[in-house]
Amino acid sequence: MSQVASVGAQGSDGILVVDDIVKRFETAEGPLTAVDHVSLSVKPGEFLAVIGPSGCGKSTLFNIVGGLVDSYEGTVTVAGDRVRGPHPAIGMVFQEESTFPWRSVIDNVAFPLEITGMRKTERLERASHFISLVGLDGFERRYPAELSGGMRQRVSIARTLASEPKILLMDEPFAALDEQTRLLLGDKVLQIQQELQQTTLLITHNITEAVQLADRILVMTYRPGRVKRIVDIDLPRPRSSEIVSSEAFGHYVAQIWGDLREEASRGMRDEETRRKA
Amino acid sequence: MSAAVQHRLIERWLPALLGFGTLIVFLVAVEVLIRVGLINRYIVPLPTQIAAAFGRVVVDEDIVGRFRLTFIESFAAGAMITIIGVLVGMLLYRFPLWRRATETWVAALASAPTVLMYPLFLVIFGRSAWTIIMMGFVAGFPPVVLKTIEGLVTTRSVLVNVGRSLNLSSVQLFTKILFPAALPTIFTGVRLGLIFTLINVVGVEFLINFGGLGQLINDLAERYDLPGTYAAIFFVILVSILFFIAIEKAERWLRPAG
Ligand SMILES: Nc1ncnc2c1ncn2[C@@H]1O[C@H](COP(=O)(O)OP(=O)(O)OP(=O)(O)O)[C@@H](O)[C@H]1O
Ligand SMILES: [Mg+2]
Repeated sequence: MSQVASVGAQGSDGILVVDDIVKRFETAEGPLTAVDHVSLSVKPGEFLAVIGPSGCGKSTLFNIVGGLVDSYEGTVTVAGDRVRGPHPAIGMVFQEESTFPWRSVIDNVAFPLEITGMRKTERLERASHFISLVGLDGFERRYPAELSGGMRQRVSIARTLASEPKILLMDEPFAALDEQTRLLLGDKVLQIQQELQQTTLLITHNITEAVQLADRILVMTYRPGRVKRIVDIDLPRPRSSEIVSSEAFGHYVAQIWGDLREEASRGMRDEETRRKA
Repeated sequence: MSAAVQHRLIERWLPALLGFGTLIVFLVAVEVLIRVGLINRYIVPLPTQIAAAFGRVVVDEDIVGRFRLTFIESFAAGAMITIIGVLVGMLLYRFPLWRRATETWVAALASAPTVLMYPLFLVIFGRSAWTIIMMGFVAGFPPVVLKTIEGLVTTRSVLVNVGRSLNLSSVQLFTKILFPAALPTIFTGVRLGLIFTLINVVGVEFLINFGGLGQLINDLAERYDLPGTYAAIFFVILVSILFFIAIEKAERWLRPAG
């Protein structure tokens, strides 16, 4: 049932292709390779999850694909276009809290539309549509400070969805949520993604989340961040969070945990020695 | 009256009532302490005497005209520190080399007793309202610059990245993200600057014996009219109160979520 694709085998049919990315940081303790020769390819409409232990370079990869990083080796291409800055086809949901505290929920979500110069009535209408998609009807006039952390994260997701990007990049969008909300919001995002046929790259360190949502999972190694394995998830669609109790689901989780455990414990050992040093 | 309405009324007015009540209690206590002789009545006048002096000060000393002059001077200086201070802060943010070159000077200026420079300003601007406005400006300008820079520099990078990912131009990045994000800190700077400005405006009026409420306080003190002096000080406080109410309103309006 589970198929393990060979590492690095990339089709040329990808709408988003990451080729041989290397990113180094100069730190106080010398150069640090955050991302080491990572290649991946996402097909149109595909949902790819990238999973790896904390500090393995996931956010770095996310920022590179999003065009927010200037100096790195390798190339990122979107539908054949070499990416040299933020690409209009890409929408990003960030790991940190990123709502604008000075804007109400609806003005936050309408922000990308405001930038494109859409008329006010139209953009507010569109924004309310995406607000109800993430289940925040009735909160349009509230400010982020009046919302819970999970609700704010939903606002960020709605804001990115409102720009209707062909490619959706998300960096641990559910990390700040409790397990129940995470599962339910995961369902919502999956539903939207399937409806809009969005190509999605989800960064996560949550195995259940990855298996619940993705078509394929890319497991990263801990420092330097490399591609350890790519796993195809052959679970039926449409999926809902109920799938987490199925037997097949359990197999995938166990398999990926097997891969990740090595990396995570290597990461912990590494941090311990670092602390002692 | 429903419980909810009652609750809202209490929420709205209780703090003000409490503050006012505390003030009254304080004044009554001072009155009593003076009357029993624990406070020297030749140094601190009776609160009732001060209250009685209001009418006299208002009628005889042209308080309205003086109040207006002090208010206008403060307003001019306050507008200058806000507009010029924020602009300079923005420029120094934009050009980090200048910023590093000048930031310590500005910080030093912020803590320097610039009021001592009044003879220089007298020479430049003469014994006029401009001397007073410029002294108020010099005192209040540095905190506005420093806080503007701070607000812009400390804007969380993820907010800027949201803008970058949406391909905002650098002007849009500034007006749509950096500036609104920095606004609360900028307001802190303006509040701080305004404190120094108001002190200096009245202080310099007092020092050079010119114009508004500061001069009046000087006159009354020289005549040893202590109740009158304190009554005049009340109007100085009123100027500050008006400015701080205005700032609060402006902030609510510009940044509703606080
Ligand atoms: N600007 C930077 N300067 C120096 N080092 C950096 C910088 N950004 C990231 N790093 C380092 O690169 C490594 C990878 O960081 P990254 O944020 O990509 O990890 P991550 O996989 O997203 O972790 P998490 O799951 O905790 O979010 C870390 O060791 C981090 O310390
Ligand atoms: Mg991260």
